[in-house]
Amino acid sequence: MAVAAYEQLRPTVVRAAPTHLEVADVSLTYESRRGRVPALDRLSFDVAQGAFVSVLGPSGCGKSTLLKLASGLLRPMAGRIRLAGEPVTAPRRDVGIVFQQPTLLPWKTVLENVLVPIRAMGRDASAGRERALELLRLVKLEPFAANYPHELSGGMQQRVGIARGLIHDPALLLMDEPFAALDAMTRETMMDELQRIWMSTGKSVLFITHSIPEAVYLSDRILVLSPRPGRLLHSVDVDLPRPRTIETMADPRFVALASRLRQAFVAMAEPA
Amino acid sequence: MMEPRHALDVVKAVVPPLATGVVIVAVWAWATRPGGLDAFVLPSPMAVLRALYQGWIGGTLLPHALATGKAALGGLVIGALAGLASGALIVLIRPLEYLMMPLVTALQSVPKIALAPLIISYFGFGLESKVFTVALLCFFPLFVAAATGMRAVDPRLLDMYRAFSASPLHILLHARLPAAAPYVFGALQIAVVLALIGCVVSEFVASTEGLGFIIKSGSGELDIAGMFAAILSLSAMGVAAGLLVKEAQRRIVFWS
Repeated sequence: MAVAAYEQLRPTVVRAAPTHLEVADVSLTYESRRGRVPALDRLSFDVAQGAFVSVLGPSGCGKSTLLKLASGLLRPMAGRIRLAGEPVTAPRRDVGIVFQQPTLLPWKTVLENVLVPIRAMGRDASAGRERALELLRLVKLEPFAANYPHELSGGMQQRVGIARGLIHDPALLLMDEPFAALDAMTRETMMDELQRIWMSTGKSVLFITHSIPEAVYLSDRILVLSPRPGRLLHSVDVDLPRPRTIETMADPRFVALASRLRQAFVAMAEPA
Repeated sequence: MMEPRHALDVVKAVVPPLATGVVIVAVWAWATRPGGLDAFVLPSPMAVLRALYQGWIGGTLLPHALATGKAALGGLVIGALAGLASGALIVLIRPLEYLMMPLVTALQSVPKIALAPLIISYFGFGLESKVFTVALLCFFPLFVAAATGMRAVDPRLLDMYRAFSASPLHILLHARLPAAAPYVFGALQIAVVLALIGCVVSEFVASTEGLGFIIKSGSGELDIAGMFAAILSLSAMGVAAGLLVKEAQRRIVFWS
């Protein structure tokens, strides 16, 4: 009965949507004084328009490298990255980034921090102000617009970072373990808020994480990477109904999927 | 609850140095009592106080203090701005560092005070020589602080700005410059002292006004009390300028 109800609620997953981000055969090796460290090895995947895709992997699997590549901060040594059909050669204005740390400017107010991308891109900040306040309302920080970052908790600072990532209305949002530094309670609230923001804005999201429940809770699709050098091990579709809630986490399918992913991690950790 | 604690802090900050000052003046007064040290060696506190009073209220010291203050401030502003701009330039344009650094290092190892007579032979006895000497002295600490501070910015902030397509100039103004502010204020504290030193040395070498001129001519006329009055005026100016810089730092670099 309950399952049938879920079946009815299942949303139309945007499988037919066109490809937004295309990563094809991408490899990258860091050159250091102590030698060459391969970070990514012939990685390929697509993110469809409007999809929420998570990259799940152990520490040091090149997850953050992947995000820097997708954002254009780094160039791949082999393979290609395309965004809406165009090769990514430098940071692009239709991409928003949320970092692992809030990386806010301590000398600017919350509102000014949210406006940083607008000013950096030389756009009209007075028009952006309305939108910034709207986004601060979305992350429930509007009363703190005039405060400085050091007056906010870590979770609040991270929410400012999320609002900043969305201010220029990017089509693609890149998120690098944005909740890693938060405590468990704040993290669950933030997962909920992110799902709400994503559902109400319809953006494509590439979400880097090392948390299995986080990936299952949020994603349409989960890509599992191997330890360094990062290779694509599994690609798992998650068709749990939206919006997902605390109850979803107790859903047998949620539990089964999380446990399957955990087993994949255990298998990875064992020496081959 | 804050009130008594704050009051205690004030007492702690004021009373011990005041006690030290009282002891020093007492020993000084005792050493210069009638029949003690000769007034040509060390004038009494009262004689110095009289010289200070005549100098400031009577108006003999005031124009000289203004002359020294004007030259020191002018040179400080020019030297500091030049240092800041040069520091920013080598951070913004990397190749400039390789072109400029050897020269700057060589210049820095020259005792700039030794250049004062040379500068006077170029610019004459007036304001220009003093300003140039002071600017030369103040340039280096600001240059080093600006370059160091602008490089010390959190690399994650730089990545963030680059990811949002910011130009290098935008990053310099909005991320590097504020990040360098604590370094710059530290250097300004040093530069304030250097400015007074440079100014006085320049006045020693050749000048017609300024507290350095007063000290030098006092030495010729054996006006020891007048020399003391000028020296005390100089240190008061230095302390006041240092406090101003500190207060400006507290207000401007409020986040650190």
